[in-house]
Amino acid sequence: MAPVAPRSGDAIFANIERVNAELFTLTYGAIVRQLLTDLEEVEEVNKQLDQMGYNIGIRLIDEFLAKSNVSRCVDFRETADVIAKVGFKMFLGVTASVTNWDAEGTCCSIVLEDNPLVDFVELPDNYQGLYYCNILSGVIRGALDMVSMKAEVTWLRDALRGDDVFELQVKLLKQVPEEYPYKDDE
Amino acid sequence: MATTACFIIVSRNDIPIYEAEVGVAAKREDAAQLHQFILHAALDVVQDLAWTTSAMYLKSVDRFNELVVSVYVTAGHILYFIHTRLMLLHDSRNDDGIKSFFQEVHELYIKTLLNPLYLPGSRITSSHFDTKVRALARKYL
Repeated sequence: MAPVAPRSGDAIFANIERVNAELFTLTYGAIVRQLLTDLEEVEEVNKQLDQMGYNIGIRLIDEFLAKSNVSRCVDFRETADVIAKVGFKMFLGVTASVTNWDAEGTCCSIVLEDNPLVDFVELPDNYQGLYYCNILSGVIRGALDMVSMKAEVTWLRDALRGDDVFELQVKLLKQVPEEYPYKDDE
Repeated sequence: MATTACFIIVSRNDIPIYEAEVGVAAKREDAAQLHQFILHAALDVVQDLAWTTSAMYLKSVDRFNELVVSVYVTAGHILYFIHTRLMLLHDSRNDDGIKSFFQEVHELYIKTLLNPLYLPGSRITSSHFDTKVRALARKYL
């Protein structure tokens, strides 16, 4: 029998290695700072962060599957739930909630009330267009890509821009059918 | 509340990175220049004094008529890179209040420094910081 998927990431979070929260926050800050210096354009930085996130995501999903013991999700609703409850807890130490489902069940919002990436951060006037946490959207996109789901992830609300929470919209574009590159009898 | 108070943060290289008139006195036209002038003149005294003591709060380092200059030197005065001075020009004699004011502004300043998008030594433009400083001034001075 397949192991039962954990409903929260608490147990896994307690068991994996962690780093100091401030070290983590400031390291991420240094990355963003350096990108802003190197690329100069805020738009470019957003793109670069997303790409970096994607590259993290396609690797992170492996660790996630290895450690979390989740079994195959039956639908996208369950996938989103697992991301918010287990994924975020496991890697960021916070829990997100899933809301705003559309009728078809292909589009939802992941709401983060607490985000360790943005401690101390305040957007100055000249960087108003910056999506500071754009790496997160990339991570989710990359991770979903590796489990054959093409998704589009956009920020709806950003606490750094004066909203009260962080809200990520995850939209499932299509599910890629699994391809077998070989035949059984060969 | 003090009638006249001018608060300045001076970074390394003696560049002012934040300035606020926090007194309630009606503004005189030349007040801003006068205050800057007095504070600027006091910098030399501060530099000499900072090396003679391990205290961070240096009270009444300089005076001009009724106006007194008090300074809070951040721990960086040994580390040149983050050497910062919080300077207050005031006419009140409320030492405890001023000390608390400096300590809390120092906290705020550290938070600003931790912001990855803020370059150390550049001007502090955050309106959040400004609001907080003015609130602290109302509370303590």
